[in-house]
Amino acid sequence: MPPFFAQVALGGLTLSPGQITVFLSVLLMVALLAYFYQRIRKDPGALFIRRIAGIDAIEEAVGRCTEMGRPILYVPGIEDMQDIQTIASMLILGKVAETAARYKTEIFVPCRIPFVMSVAEEMVRQGFYNAGVPEDHKPGNMSFISDEQFAYTAGVNGIMLRERPAANLLLGRFFAESLILSETGFEAKAIQVAGTAEVTQLPFFIAACDYTLIGEELFAASAYLSRDPKLLSNLKATDWYKMVCIAVMLLGSLLVTLDSIGWWDGAGAFRDWFLIQ
Amino acid sequence: MKKEIPLLIAFLLGTWMILENFLTGIPWVGPMKEVITNGGIVIMAFTYVLGIYSIVSVNVARIRRGQDVVPKVALLAALALMVALGFWRGHEEGTPFNWLYLNLYVPLQATMFSLLAFYIASAAFRAFRARSLEATLLLVCAILVMVGRIPVGEKIWASFPQVSDWIMNIPNLAGKRAIMIGAALGAISTGLRVILGLERSYLGGE
Amino acid sequence: MKALLLRALSRFLALDRRWIFLLMALCIVTPLILPIGLPFTPDPAVRNLHRAIEDLPEGSVVLVSCDYDPGSKPELQPFTEALFRHLFRRKLKVVVSCLWAGAPPLVNQAIAQALEAEEVKVLGLKDKVDYVNLGYKDGRQLVMLGMGENIHSTFPKSNDGTPVSQIPLMQRMRKLGDSQLFVNVSGGSPGTKEWVETAQGRFGLRMVAACTAVMAPDNIPYYEAGQLLGLAGGMKGSADYEQLVGLPGSATRGMAAQSFGHLLIIAFIALGNVAFFMTRGRKR
Repeated sequence: MPPFFAQVALGGLTLSPGQITVFLSVLLMVALLAYFYQRIRKDPGALFIRRIAGIDAIEEAVGRCTEMGRPILYVPGIEDMQDIQTIASMLILGKVAETAARYKTEIFVPCRIPFVMSVAEEMVRQGFYNAGVPEDHKPGNMSFISDEQFAYTAGVNGIMLRERPAANLLLGRFFAESLILSETGFEAKAIQVAGTAEVTQLPFFIAACDYTLIGEELFAASAYLSRDPKLLSNLKATDWYKMVCIAVMLLGSLLVTLDSIGWWDGAGAFRDWFLIQ
Repeated sequence: MKKEIPLLIAFLLGTWMILENFLTGIPWVGPMKEVITNGGIVIMAFTYVLGIYSIVSVNVARIRRGQDVVPKVALLAALALMVALGFWRGHEEGTPFNWLYLNLYVPLQATMFSLLAFYIASAAFRAFRARSLEATLLLVCAILVMVGRIPVGEKIWASFPQVSDWIMNIPNLAGKRAIMIGAALGAISTGLRVILGLERSYLGGE
Repeated sequence: MKALLLRALSRFLALDRRWIFLLMALCIVTPLILPIGLPFTPDPAVRNLHRAIEDLPEGSVVLVSCDYDPGSKPELQPFTEALFRHLFRRKLKVVVSCLWAGAPPLVNQAIAQALEAEEVKVLGLKDKVDYVNLGYKDGRQLVMLGMGENIHSTFPKSNDGTPVSQIPLMQRMRKLGDSQLFVNVSGGSPGTKEWVETAQGRFGLRMVAACTAVMAPDNIPYYEAGQLLGLAGGMKGSADYEQLVGLPGSATRGMAAQSFGHLLIIAFIALGNVAFFMTRGRKR
């Protein structure tokens, strides 16, 4: 239990003691989000985000499709729209669709969830509209395959082997199908760029794809490409929050080390602040 | 109001779900949480109805357009069959539904999953080349962990399992924790954006 | 001679992957047909999982959440079968639930098999008194939260339609915290990660887990932090657990196949690197 105050009374309401640190952390995140969102609304150029290498890989993949006259296959993961990785993927899809439209390249987007398919259709339609060629948009290229995981995988494999896309963009949340998709993509001789925050699937993508966006690079890419104030402020807020986490971890490691060599015995009290009870 | 009402619902319920986690000593918090949780479960059950409607409508549309007719008809027939059998004879052991599940669905799913064993072999052969220092480290660690996890590894060298465990519990754990923290922060910030109405892509079109 | 060797190595590097598939199939199928018993030492994390169950007094309530489907059956079904036999043998009270739609038939199979075992038959266990299967409920983390507050409200009926209020065992089990141990058998999401994040800390659960080999690295941080008392990962974890409870089954038999499969992959990696370096010199 945090030693400094057992409970905080707020006009009759009581915060449970072990949750005080978690509550303060949530408040800190809200404050950071609000601060950076306000800042970027006032001055859109205020927040700098470095260009990550994954964006070059995506653009190279799209360029390859244009040169070879073959389509792009964009797989937005297998999760529903409320998943943050799917949201990030949809935003990248919008930009990829715009680029594809500009270069007259076809884009296929097979989806596992019907609602994701309708959002994907909207993003691609908007991309073609932004490129000035709305008439080139083919709604039929955005398809719902199946909501059964491996039936969807088999369907996407079929598209890869029949349509022979020059580039596969596997961006979103994936599970066991990740290796099957990427190996089939390799067999179809496509350049493959993958991106996921699903830690268990990263090794498969790294082994089988040409480039992999790891974890937050997916979110950073969506923020960089869309320049959406919400995403940029989101990125900045999480980066600064991570700095706080790093500082706390370094402090905790130092205190535990001092404790273990007998120089200071307060490490337990510090650790108690972070125990969820 | 088409977008305002969902945003308001998201804000109220999201804020409540955060606050109830921290509040104790209020008598009506528990029952209200129960009502909201059970309400959410009921709503999720309805998504199955929506899911069936989506599958049927999308596939019927494709059949009408003459695209992939045979697999789509097979899909709809299988769906109808399983639903009919489930309603007619139930899904307990010994029923036709259960028989189809155990003798068709289980082997098919297990087969698709087992493809991974073959694909990882070909991917490893192709990708695990010592082209750079990082690639060499990846390669060596992969081999040590693979050998350490099998009985033969113990026979070759008794300390292989400990080496494998050290790799999994120290450097792998450090990397996993870092990525997990980053992904969790992303989830927190996105959740807060949804609750505060800043993120509206789940409503479609924005 | 050297030119011939380099040409052979170049062809090896361009090997059709179907040869790799064929060799892998032989490596896996052969030990399954001609069983080879390979001794192995159980992992410390699995020992801790086993100990967590062994340390429970007789009559303790164990909640088992089976969250997997046929895709993970080879890795997790052996663990589940051994788990139920172990729990029944120890005369523990077992409450079973599922968060995956594909799990209930597999769970029913495992329970039926455990009840047919000789050492369990003699105990004369009664459904709804010594064990109960609540069945499947969709809702992911909402179900976890609901179970944490009031299981009777989340699962108003058991798998066979009996109202939970009429089930003797469930009178002791009103919420997650009423169990003395929580066992999660997880094939993906929702699974161990979601249970730990949503329920373990919040409801103070003593929790152990079995998961697929792919997910094991993801759950090791929770084991190292003490949020999981024990962890069995993949077929090796299931085989370790089978050995600890003295019930060698399909996971133990699969160890030989897994060993040969791993060795084949390592051989291909090693030969591929040798060929890569030797032919790289030639290309230069």
